[in-house]
Amino acid sequence: MLAVRNIFKTFFLVELLKGLRLTFRNLFAPKITIQYPEEKTPQSPRFRGLHAQRRYANGEERCIACKLCEAVCPALAITIESDVADDGTRRTTRYDIDLFKCIYCGFCEEACPVDAIVETRIHEYHMEMRGENIMTKDKLLAIGDKYEAMIAADKAADARYR
Amino acid sequence: MSDDLVNIEVNGVAMQARRGQMLIEVTDANEVYVPRFCYHEKLSIAANCRMCLVEVEKAPKPLPACATPVTEGMKVFTKSARAISAQKATMEFLLLNHPLDCPICDQGGECELQDLSLGYGSDISRYSERKRVVKDKNLGALVSTDMTRCIHCTRCVRFGEEIQGMPQLGTVGRGDRMQISTYIERSVDHELSGNIIDLCPVGALNNKPYRFSARAWEMTEHASVAAHDCVGSNLYFHVQNGRVKRVVPRSNEDVNESWLSDRDRFSCYAIEHEDRLLRPRIKVEGEWRDCEWSEALERASTLMQESIKSKGADSLGILASPSSTLEEASLLAKLADGLGTANIDHRLRMLDFRDQAADPQFPSLGRRIAQVETLKAVLVVGSRLRQEAPILAHRLRKAALLGASVSFLCPQRYEYLFPVTAYLDREGGSMTQQLSALVAAAAEVTGKPLPEKVHTAIAGVKFGDLHRSLVASLAEEGESAIFLGLQANRDAAWADLRALAGVLAQMTGASLGTLSEGANSAGASLAGVLPHRVAGGADRSKTGLNTVQMLQEPRSAYLLANLEPWADLVVAGAMEAFKAADSVVALAAYAGSDLLECADVLLPVGTVAETSGTFVNVEGRWQSFAGAARPLGESRPAWKVLRVLGNLLGLEGFDYDSSEQIRDELHGTLGAGEASSSYAGGHFPITAAEDHAVEVAMYAVDGMVRRSLPLQQTGEGRAEQSAARDSAVAG
Repeated sequence: MLAVRNIFKTFFLVELLKGLRLTFRNLFAPKITIQYPEEKTPQSPRFRGLHAQRRYANGEERCIACKLCEAVCPALAITIESDVADDGTRRTTRYDIDLFKCIYCGFCEEACPVDAIVETRIHEYHMEMRGENIMTKDKLLAIGDKYEAMIAADKAADARYR
Repeated sequence: MSDDLVNIEVNGVAMQARRGQMLIEVTDANEVYVPRFCYHEKLSIAANCRMCLVEVEKAPKPLPACATPVTEGMKVFTKSARAISAQKATMEFLLLNHPLDCPICDQGGECELQDLSLGYGSDISRYSERKRVVKDKNLGALVSTDMTRCIHCTRCVRFGEEIQGMPQLGTVGRGDRMQISTYIERSVDHELSGNIIDLCPVGALNNKPYRFSARAWEMTEHASVAAHDCVGSNLYFHVQNGRVKRVVPRSNEDVNESWLSDRDRFSCYAIEHEDRLLRPRIKVEGEWRDCEWSEALERASTLMQESIKSKGADSLGILASPSSTLEEASLLAKLADGLGTANIDHRLRMLDFRDQAADPQFPSLGRRIAQVETLKAVLVVGSRLRQEAPILAHRLRKAALLGASVSFLCPQRYEYLFPVTAYLDREGGSMTQQLSALVAAAAEVTGKPLPEKVHTAIAGVKFGDLHRSLVASLAEEGESAIFLGLQANRDAAWADLRALAGVLAQMTGASLGTLSEGANSAGASLAGVLPHRVAGGADRSKTGLNTVQMLQEPRSAYLLANLEPWADLVVAGAMEAFKAADSVVALAAYAGSDLLECADVLLPVGTVAETSGTFVNVEGRWQSFAGAARPLGESRPAWKVLRVLGNLLGLEGFDYDSSEQIRDELHGTLGAGEASSSYAGGHFPITAAEDHAVEVAMYAVDGMVRRSLPLQQTGEGRAEQSAARDSAVAG
């Protein structure tokens, strides 16, 4: 009985037609290919891209040099030096992230008690020279200043899950 | 003694304890942990934090373990539901007003409150009212304050009252308005004040120079030994990326207990001073030029050899700091032997060498430091003890509080924070006269005959009841001691003072001890950095020149190890002698203006944090340590520099690979026996000569201390600076 069924399947190309059914279904289905860079995929507010340092609304930088991000970083990508600032507060004198070492795990963002270091949704960036992979405090703050609206919106969107 | 023992049960485990012992001592001894904040084994019991509440059977309420004496048959539960809930409730109260600013607090990561809140704290606060905010106090240059964080354990207050003897901090107000404060706005100025930093269980009192510069978890701990007094306090260097960030005490009950003097704690902030010599330098036609190590070492050996060739080995003088390590001292002594000179000395601030033949093998306290506490009577001669050796002064204070009769014989009156039985100062005559009077009084009190050699000294001295009672206290039953301090040691009549003290000690049965300069006078003496002794203590065949002679009969070449002419030498004309010399080779950590003026070759060496070595303290204890920090710039440990210098000079026996080899070799030379440390009594004629004491301020003892900004900013440091300024203006 089994032999008869196999001969039948072979004779009428049943397996081939099964495969072609999938092909034809996808031939007429809506396209999902994205024409990058003209088109882009949607991003989650939790997307972990390029880092930024934020400021408070009054312009004061948030980072207080607690070094928790440095301690938690599994790739040892963060280097911080701290000192007493002119106004007596605890501030970083150096805050470097090595983008070659960073694995974009987002632990730094999780560890930060003041939401100073964040990973933005920016993921399109490049370096041309050796050394540009080191994100200094100035660069990070500049990114933070430029994209503060986006960062704040992302944080607000995610706030209820935290 | 079995009557004094009681049986108790803790968490179902039977334990034995002494009657009257506090519960927390018993649990600590048996490794049952009870959380605490205010209890500290060196301080009195306050029982005001309530963190150590435990359940005791039949007690109506939980009892504080630190203030509950054990009784027979007591049943204690430290982990029962009732005990835990009491501890958690206490923690909730403590956290009510605590700011929880751990991310910016220097104590974060090493905080007792942080650690315990993890176990006993709640994850949410039920307190929604306003938190208390307390104004920070300015306690001076050493201790930073964030008083809002204070949990009122009063350890700092009790430290001031019980250990310092100088209550500088106190409590103001009651309940939640209570504040720790200086009563009047002032800084804490005591030579041990830095210890409140370690005592504070939270971040209220912290290390000011260290403020915000590192985190506890980033640093590695390196055991070492303090380099500024003869006690040799044990300490840890906390090092981040090869740089010393701070110093904390290392407990050693035999030496420094758990304390550390401010000088030892804050001197590390001089390591990166701008004066640091970072590269070898040579002077060419009066101009300094940085150069390679090889060139500088070649130059140094050539200069020394030239001088020896043209003017004989006697034309070379070697002066070493008494804070040089044993290894450096040993290599310097070998260098002197190899070059054939005996002009080598480490006694930089001594003026009187008449009786040096009778020196013990090393300057010794005559007893263990820990045994100072058990003394019944003490006479301290010529010492500003609190400044010279703060830890010894603390031990003496403990003895005094236990009832010992402590007397002083000093040129001036210094403040001591314990009951002083008698204080003889210059008003009653010079130190030698006063000491002669005491010897004469001893003859009368004890009825023993006076030795011949003191007859001229005591002729015509008058003594009164004060002298009689002082001598009687020394001669009484129980251990007694006479300590000669650094003022006596620097005195122009040192030999007389020591001989007289020796006679007094003999007549009263007291032990005789001396304090010594620097961290390693004992080691330098044992290693043979002396003009009249070789390593091991045997006399040299020909006695060389001592420090004073070397400078008053100028040599044509000098080798200076870790000393600064303007401040480490007290002989007038030192700078002139160096300037007139053909060549001066200096191993130096700091290039001060004096060295730049007089030296020809500067070899950069590491400070105590950057070298391995050994210090022998005043009780003869050998304490070795490894290098903690990375040597700054191109500086190298001094023993390595001396080793290469020895090789370049073509001397035998300079092939060492480690400082341990040098130490072990010297240890072998000295033999297994204890080095003799007792003064046998000299034979020179004692006179009651007019004495002349040299003052060296507490924060001016060596190059490192002089360059430590925090120390110089203390009240004491500022007073020293203004005194130095005055004398400079007057001079």
